[in-house]
Amino acid sequence: MRAAFERRRHLLDFAVRSLARRPTKNLGLVAIYALVVFLVGSVMLYGAAIRREAAVMLASGPELTAQAMVMGRHEMSRTTDVAALKGLRGVRRIEPRLWGYLWDSAGAANYTLMVPPASDGAHALAKGEAIVGEGVARARRLAPGKMLFLVSPAGKFLKTKVKSVLPADSALVSSDLVLVEESDFRAFFELPPDVWTDVAITVANPREVATVAEKAALKLPGHRFVTRADMTRTAEALFSWREGLALALLAGALLAFAILAFDKASGLSAEEKREIGILKAIGWETRDVISAKLFEGGLISGLAFLLGVIGAWTHVFFFSAGLFEPVLKGWATLYPHFPLAPTIDALEIATLAMLTIVPYMAAILVPVWRTAAADPDAVMR
Amino acid sequence: MIFHPPILALITAAMIAAVVLAGSGVFALRLLAHWDLDSGAERQIGLERATTLVSTVVAFVLVLEAASLVLFAFNADRMAPLFVGAMCAVGTLNASIYGFPTLWAKIVVFFAAFAWLALDRVDGRTRDYALIRVKYAGLLVLAPLVFIEGALELAYFLDLKADTITSCCGKLFGEDKPALGGDLASLDPFLAMGLVAGGLVVAIGLGFLVGRGRFFALAHGLASVAVFGLALAAIVAAIAPYVYEQPHHHCPFCILKREYGHFGFALYLPLFLATGAGISSAVLASVAPTSARAVAEVATRRLGRLAIGGHVVFALVALAAVLTSRLTLVS
Amino acid sequence: MITLEGVTKVFNQGRHNEVTAVGGVDLDIADGRVTVLRGPSGSGKTTLLTVIGCLARPTTGRVRIDGEMVSGLPERFLTEVRRRTFGFVFQKFNLIRGLSALDNVVLPALPLGVAHRSLVDKAVGLLEHFGLADRVFLAVENLSGGEAQRVAIARALINDPAVVIADEPTASLDGERVGQFLAIAEELKRTGKTVLMTSHDPRITEAAIVDRLVTMADGRIVEVAP
Ligand SMILES: Nc1ncnc2c1ncn2[C@@H]1O[C@H](COP(=O)(O)OP(=O)(O)OP(=O)(O)O)[C@@H](O)[C@H]1O
Ligand SMILES: [Mg+2]
Repeated sequence: MRAAFERRRHLLDFAVRSLARRPTKNLGLVAIYALVVFLVGSVMLYGAAIRREAAVMLASGPELTAQAMVMGRHEMSRTTDVAALKGLRGVRRIEPRLWGYLWDSAGAANYTLMVPPASDGAHALAKGEAIVGEGVARARRLAPGKMLFLVSPAGKFLKTKVKSVLPADSALVSSDLVLVEESDFRAFFELPPDVWTDVAITVANPREVATVAEKAALKLPGHRFVTRADMTRTAEALFSWREGLALALLAGALLAFAILAFDKASGLSAEEKREIGILKAIGWETRDVISAKLFEGGLISGLAFLLGVIGAWTHVFFFSAGLFEPVLKGWATLYPHFPLAPTIDALEIATLAMLTIVPYMAAILVPVWRTAAADPDAVMR
Repeated sequence: MIFHPPILALITAAMIAAVVLAGSGVFALRLLAHWDLDSGAERQIGLERATTLVSTVVAFVLVLEAASLVLFAFNADRMAPLFVGAMCAVGTLNASIYGFPTLWAKIVVFFAAFAWLALDRVDGRTRDYALIRVKYAGLLVLAPLVFIEGALELAYFLDLKADTITSCCGKLFGEDKPALGGDLASLDPFLAMGLVAGGLVVAIGLGFLVGRGRFFALAHGLASVAVFGLALAAIVAAIAPYVYEQPHHHCPFCILKREYGHFGFALYLPLFLATGAGISSAVLASVAPTSARAVAEVATRRLGRLAIGGHVVFALVALAAVLTSRLTLVS
Repeated sequence: MITLEGVTKVFNQGRHNEVTAVGGVDLDIADGRVTVLRGPSGSGKTTLLTVIGCLARPTTGRVRIDGEMVSGLPERFLTEVRRRTFGFVFQKFNLIRGLSALDNVVLPALPLGVAHRSLVDKAVGLLEHFGLADRVFLAVENLSGGEAQRVAIARALINDPAVVIADEPTASLDGERVGQFLAIAEELKRTGKTVLMTSHDPRITEAAIVDRLVTMADGRIVEVAP
């Protein structure tokens, strides 16, 4: 046992020295390797973080949303529709909602205008007040107490005073949000008092969502009922698809890298070949040489992986993945300057390792063996 | 097909494993045809030399298979939100007919590769390559298993679609369900725990005797396989409900979740190690020729100790789950 | 005692460039003696050394070391026998550049799992013994030819081999260093080591310490004296 341990220690030690003896070659390899880990890791960590954000957003939404449909298109719900849903068993709360989009030509961005629901006491507003998301505040240089002017497509003006700015912890969701008071909203969009964008239904027991949706559909046949699970799946599928596409593009980079690794490992310099021959001749067996060389590969992998992961992590969580944002996010014009909640997830790290370290080690196995199996008598000639 | 990074990683790993074993399989055929230890000819020297490569790459594949088994289970759990009705890995695995077969294939490959590496280690310690033919014939068995596993996995991932309606653990491991899962779930927890405890005592006892001869090693191997089955049954019938502190939640996969502190890994890891070691020691004892007896005995004993360790840890972890739980199933 | 029976070594067997480097050698090498192989260039001396030293397997024939058949052993056991029995001094010394004298000397012992401390003590002891006390941490490319050879000899002795094999030990040395080498060889013989060398250098072949002179030609032994 002890000898086996000492043997490993000596071989590891030897591997460190042999790496140190060829600093340029090995640092170059580490740099390229780390870059590959960084690219793949950034895409993965970013995709996972965005999916988590979306899950947070959906988790805070209602279990069930009812939308009026006319000829297959979304219509406004009426107060009578809301009343028709009253008394449904298993429903805790029914809340009509008012929200809509506004293209702001000044900021060249889309805002989501919304009336905070009656149950949301924390964001209750008086007439003429607004609460804005982090992205809006940044684009329009707003702070609590400043004035926000909005112009509707019909040319209506809305002048509000910013009451507060939403915190950035779920910035992806709320970044483009502008909360205004109900009568301001109706006046701004010229809405009659009995229409609503949709109806949020909170269900007491999450397991009954499907049943409640069925029963509600019977009462309001003109409405579409979307469950939270539906939205989660749609969002999940959308993000995954983008991420997968980016990774597929990077697969080329990975392959090129594996070929490079193979080439580096097989194209040893004459000096290195001579060294291995000497080691074999003075009493190392093939297994010892393979161990030492795989230790070298492991050290290179470990170092490059560490650098790459730290880089990707910093890139995603502190620089908002500046390099990939356009590819991955796609639909929003207002990028939140979010601190995406930094997390370390074992599944993501393990996946990244399997996508990068495994191909590298697999690529060097055969060349390493080929050099290690060199005839020990070669150095005599 | 769902482009999740873990899926891409698993497919990459499966392809690497398949390529490695295809190459090794071709080599195995060559070796079985031409092996002649008495010859000093270059072909023989070349064959001997290449065995080092095969040992190295198959060891690499075993590590890969073990990692991919864990990743597969972990990822199945994570993907559950994508499927209607899925709450944990069971729902994800049920979302395609290839799901559970893939899992079983992965488990079989893990044990087979474990046993092969045990043969390889012992062969490496004999002067006359005593196990070389058995080992390479075994490789010809291992290679198709790895292909089948890879093909199932690929079929599974290609078949997966978001929005598939699937049934989850509540259905599969519900007490009133007719299938195997239901039978296990409705098994009397006291009986299930008693059976696995008895099995563990037998297996651990045989583990100490494993170096005494072929009979004990074979008995130990059988006992390990039996304990594996009994342990899975006990997890469904009793241990999992204790972990969830809910008498009707029987799922053997939810215990892998973060909510339960990844407790399942502490339970499954020693169980898999012990089972792998038990199977390997039996395989070793039954194929080792007399010339390799001494070396094989040392290895069998070592595997026996590993199995004992795994079984003891499993028993302690299961006991801890029962004792620290606020649930009482057995009065 | 090393015994060779009908040893042959054929390179590129069955191909057009087939070479029979050693063609049927029977030879006994006595323990604790100095044996020298000589013969014209290409006569198979080095090849025979590699077979005796378990660096290569004979194509046919047997090699026994102290009665144990080594010619059919798998590589790892051949290596085991090799590092327990032989120490090698190569014609071009074959030290690893970029490593210190000390690191070169310990190389053969690394896979054996010897404790680090005792290994270093032993290596430093050997280097001091060969008058290299102030060269221990010097990178080997900065050593003179004679010093390099003594480092190579120290390396050959780190695992306490019973047999020291040296291929053309004086080919890379100038005149006065040859005497120094002979002194070391004599000391090795005195401490009970078996020494096996190849050489065409008359200062070696005619030296007083040589117990046995084996002459080869065309892969065969043509004369053994005495
Ligand atoms: N690996 C090899 N492949 C092919 N031919 C070889 C190989 N090694 C040696 N030979 C041939 O075998 C013959 C014997 O070579 P060897 O090196 O043993 O001779 P030698 O007696 O040591 O010669 P020298 O005095 O020049 O060192 C030579 O003809 C050589 O070309
Ligand atoms: Mg020569």
